[in-house]
Amino acid sequence: MTDLTDSATRAVGTSTVRVEGREKVTGAARYAADVPFEGLAHGWLVLATVARGRVSSIGVDPVLAMPGVIGVIHHGNAPRLNPKAGMFGIPDGTLQLLQDDRVPHFGRPVALVVAETLEQARAGADALVVTYEEEPHDTAFSADHPGAYTPVSAPVSAKGDVDAEIAASPVVVDQRYSTPEEHHGSMEPHASMARWENGRLEVVDSNQGSFMVSTILSALFHLDEGVVRVRAEHVGGGFGSKGVGAQLILAVMAATTFDRPVRVTLTRHQVFTVTGMRPATRQRIRLGADSTGRLRAIDHESVNQTSTIYEYVERNGEVTHALYAADAIRISTSVVPVDLPTPTWMRAPGCAPGSFAVESAMDELAEATGIDPVELRLRNEPQVGPLSGLPFSSRNLVGCLQEGARRFGWADRDPRPGVRRDGRWLVGTGMAAGIYGAGSVPSTAAVTAEADGGYTVAIGAADIGTGARTALTLVAAEALNVPPSAVRMKIADSDLGSAWFAGGSRGTSSWSWAVTAAAEDLRDKLVGIDRIPPEGITGRGDTAAQIAALAQQERHAHGAQFAEVAVDPLTGEVRVRRMLGIFAAGRIVNPLTTRSQLVGGMVMGLSMALHEEGLRDAAFGGQVNGDFAGYHVAAHADVPDIEADWVDDYDPSHPSGIKGVGEVAIVGTAAAVANAVWHATGVRHRTLPISLSRVLTSQA
Amino acid sequence: MKEFGYNRASGVRDAVALLAHEPEARFLGGGTNLVDLMKAGVETPDLLVDVRGLPLGRVELRSDGALTIGATVTNSDLAAHPEVRRRFPALAEAVLAGASGQLRNVATVGGNLLQRTRCGYFTDTSFPCNKRVPGSGCPAITGEHHNHAILGASDHCVATNPSDMGVALAAFDAVISFETVDGPGELALSEFYPPVGDTPHVETSLPAGALITAVTLPAAPVAARSRYRKVRERASYAFATGSIAAAVDVEGGVVRDVRIAFGAVASRPWRAHEAERALIGAPATAQAFGAAADAELAAAKPLAHNGYKVPLLRNLVVSVLTELTEEAAR
Ligand SMILES: Cc1cc2nc3c(=O)[nH]c(=O)nc-3n(C[C@H](O)[C@H](O)[C@H](O)COP(=O)(O)OP(=O)(O)OC[C@H]3O[C@@H](n4cnc5c(N)ncnc54)[C@H](O)[C@@H]3O)c2cc1C
Ligand code: SF4
Repeated sequence: MTDLTDSATRAVGTSTVRVEGREKVTGAARYAADVPFEGLAHGWLVLATVARGRVSSIGVDPVLAMPGVIGVIHHGNAPRLNPKAGMFGIPDGTLQLLQDDRVPHFGRPVALVVAETLEQARAGADALVVTYEEEPHDTAFSADHPGAYTPVSAPVSAKGDVDAEIAASPVVVDQRYSTPEEHHGSMEPHASMARWENGRLEVVDSNQGSFMVSTILSALFHLDEGVVRVRAEHVGGGFGSKGVGAQLILAVMAATTFDRPVRVTLTRHQVFTVTGMRPATRQRIRLGADSTGRLRAIDHESVNQTSTIYEYVERNGEVTHALYAADAIRISTSVVPVDLPTPTWMRAPGCAPGSFAVESAMDELAEATGIDPVELRLRNEPQVGPLSGLPFSSRNLVGCLQEGARRFGWADRDPRPGVRRDGRWLVGTGMAAGIYGAGSVPSTAAVTAEADGGYTVAIGAADIGTGARTALTLVAAEALNVPPSAVRMKIADSDLGSAWFAGGSRGTSSWSWAVTAAAEDLRDKLVGIDRIPPEGITGRGDTAAQIAALAQQERHAHGAQFAEVAVDPLTGEVRVRRMLGIFAAGRIVNPLTTRSQLVGGMVMGLSMALHEEGLRDAAFGGQVNGDFAGYHVAAHADVPDIEADWVDDYDPSHPSGIKGVGEVAIVGTAAAVANAVWHATGVRHRTLPISLSRVLTSQA
Repeated sequence: MKEFGYNRASGVRDAVALLAHEPEARFLGGGTNLVDLMKAGVETPDLLVDVRGLPLGRVELRSDGALTIGATVTNSDLAAHPEVRRRFPALAEAVLAGASGQLRNVATVGGNLLQRTRCGYFTDTSFPCNKRVPGSGCPAITGEHHNHAILGASDHCVATNPSDMGVALAAFDAVISFETVDGPGELALSEFYPPVGDTPHVETSLPAGALITAVTLPAAPVAARSRYRKVRERASYAFATGSIAAAVDVEGGVVRDVRIAFGAVASRPWRAHEAERALIGAPATAQAFGAAADAELAAAKPLAHNGYKVPLLRNLVVSVLTELTEEAAR
């Protein structure tokens, strides 16, 4: 058995390829839609084609007569669900599928056709005639919509007298910003298999947290604790869209109704239609500053679209909560329910659209005061949480700004807009800061010393392509003081016990804490043992008490992003030439996969700046560009030169100094690009995406 | 996706005969457009007749300087062909500006000419669409039409032809050769795509069941200095929001010959005859180029959200013709 001593290994902080990398690149890794099951039947979704109304008839009989069709599940025969089920115990209307004849929006599932083969299920779904009693609908989200209200869960938070400070400020920026619906579009479309096996409901799923999914599913189907087992061994991206999916709920209904294993897989188009999106937002930012650029007031108003069946709040004000010091701060948030699908979390919810507004406004303040944008941010660096007054667990935004400016060559920048030419292109540079919350959520883990000398780490973590499995391998190796090769990971199984999901950039921090705790427990148990029994010896960790005992602090990851763009004023084309992001995101566990997370986030931010926009038809409520031909994200040629790196930011409030990196990487990117477009052209773009038509029309 | 038959044609006559017996049959080129539309339920053929094995895969230079391009020549081979690059550089540039390397390796000339619009309502069967279901309506006119037509559209359909290649072919007076059970025939590209009118579902003037066999570009010395410029929302892998194929021959500061065609503005590649007429004999100046563009675009009928295409096309005319003129002067 490997000797456990106290000298540290160098696993954490060493670039390490994904432990499952070989499986993935050789195709051996199986995703939810790949796992074979005996007797598997297939379900195909049928989606509403009206924006609001009632289902008046479903032509089941002819479909039942089609080859291979096993049955059709619809509101007339679907199992009854628990209306109280939802994440964190909050009832979630999006989960209440096929419970009545109401159609709350276009694309709402109205039936599931189940057949022996995928093709037969699809043919049946295509042939299923559903008629509707249509009702007038409202899909037009706007900031001044009469239905806007402030949700109870998002009350105004404020300090000082914002209006008085603004009135007394010699420099004021008062602008409005718009961001559109944006879609996650993970490479792996959502898929779920459900079957009843020995009294248990077994699920093979594509999700961001199997334990969370199992809990909600149990509640939803009125099942006892321990009945449901959910696994999601490999997941090809989630970005917030992979919670309890419609495909999963319907697969469970079908497996229950027909007593067969049933898999439901979404097409790309269905992914766009039924898995949620970042809502459109409208924001108003008012900044009041004195002539030295010191902020006296930040007023951040935000409103987002939600649906009529769930109140989704895009917390854009999060970014204002702790980014800059100011004498007075006010954050107000409202929502507008419309007859459209329910929005959901998408990478850096709140902070991604919020930072576009705030960081654009800061650039406008830099312009108004004549202060360099980097310097302006340095002058407004807070010593404690600007709203809360709490200390920061660790914060190195200053390091990000300074190191970023140095590496980007910012010092030589001519601040004048619209004056640099390179052939037909106007060239400019811009920057923005970013922030995203960090912290840990209670989780459990087990570490077993095996008789063969290896160690098995078991934790209900999810690896949605981020490299979590590998990061936890390194953390466990360090905690056990063994080489990473001695560690085997078991993750993504709800039977492994309660654990946080891959979300809120709190996965690695939460899980690694639990793994470290379990390793410590194991080390205690191994004292005095010289032979490991065949069943091994298991140490357990549960971080609930330790996390509850943590001092209240502001915990955030930070970043500074820089972009150089070229704009052709005759065609409106905007091309990013280079981007640099410097981040302070706690201790970096695996530089290799961290860099890929950060670069990925920045590319997504570039897409948000220039390309992404879910286009809806107001008359039908459907998305007109629900595929990758119509919904653009950056292609390789759009990302010629992109670099991400970090500065020291060990977080002493976490046992391993870890924060999270997944979300901070997209915070500020869109503003950096927009600010660079202003610097290139002299025109501000306050509406995303900065499409060529917008640029062209604004140049005229 | 419904079940369909697949047949590999052994010869041109065989291919035409196979199709003649099946009203709901389609020729299969690279399949890069047809198969996608079948998956989306937009195309529902009973039979596919694969034409890639036919002896139509060559580019030939004729003694009169014309270039004949076989219908199954892949987009990649077309763009790489030395005679195409020498005599019609704008055509090579247009083809290379389209799709992606992988797609161009399989996409064919015949298929490219008949690729269908990228209107989001057309490709999604949950919406009505006059082109897909005649008489069902055109939601694009009042809905999402950001990249729709500003020229030659009708109240029944405002979709654009998405091809890049076709724009260069239109600029250089391409002639399409085809074969039917009744024998061979020819159509000028200018007649190949009929006006939209109230029949947006009728996209070509080809007789029913016709197999495209070749595209011929008559000799055009002016084309040797030609350019294709494509404007698109991202740097690659995107359809045009506006494009231009142009060639100009200037002597003593006066335009002697000029060819201009626009892409992404109409249901067909749009030959800018008005602009050409205005330019022949005019001074080769930015001002004249602008005036010529205005003459062409006077007929534009932009919708609520695609008006940006008018200045875009004007700017393209001026900048590309200026570029070509300056290069010639060097
Ligand atoms: C993601 C993507 C991006 C693209 N981007 C671009 C772009 O930017 N610019 C651009 O121009 N194009 C683009 N394309 C379109 C591409 O160029 C076309 O799909 C391609 O040219 C079609 O050729 P094909 O041989 O694959 O046609 P197919 O899909 O095989 O056929 C298309 C149609 O032509 C018919 N047909 C084929 N051959 C013949 C023949 N010999 N005689 C009669 N009928 C025939 C078929 O029956 C069918 O109706 C893109 C395509 C995709 C999928
Ligand atoms: S523009 Fe043409 S293709 Fe598009 S919806 Fe209207 S009729 Fe259909």
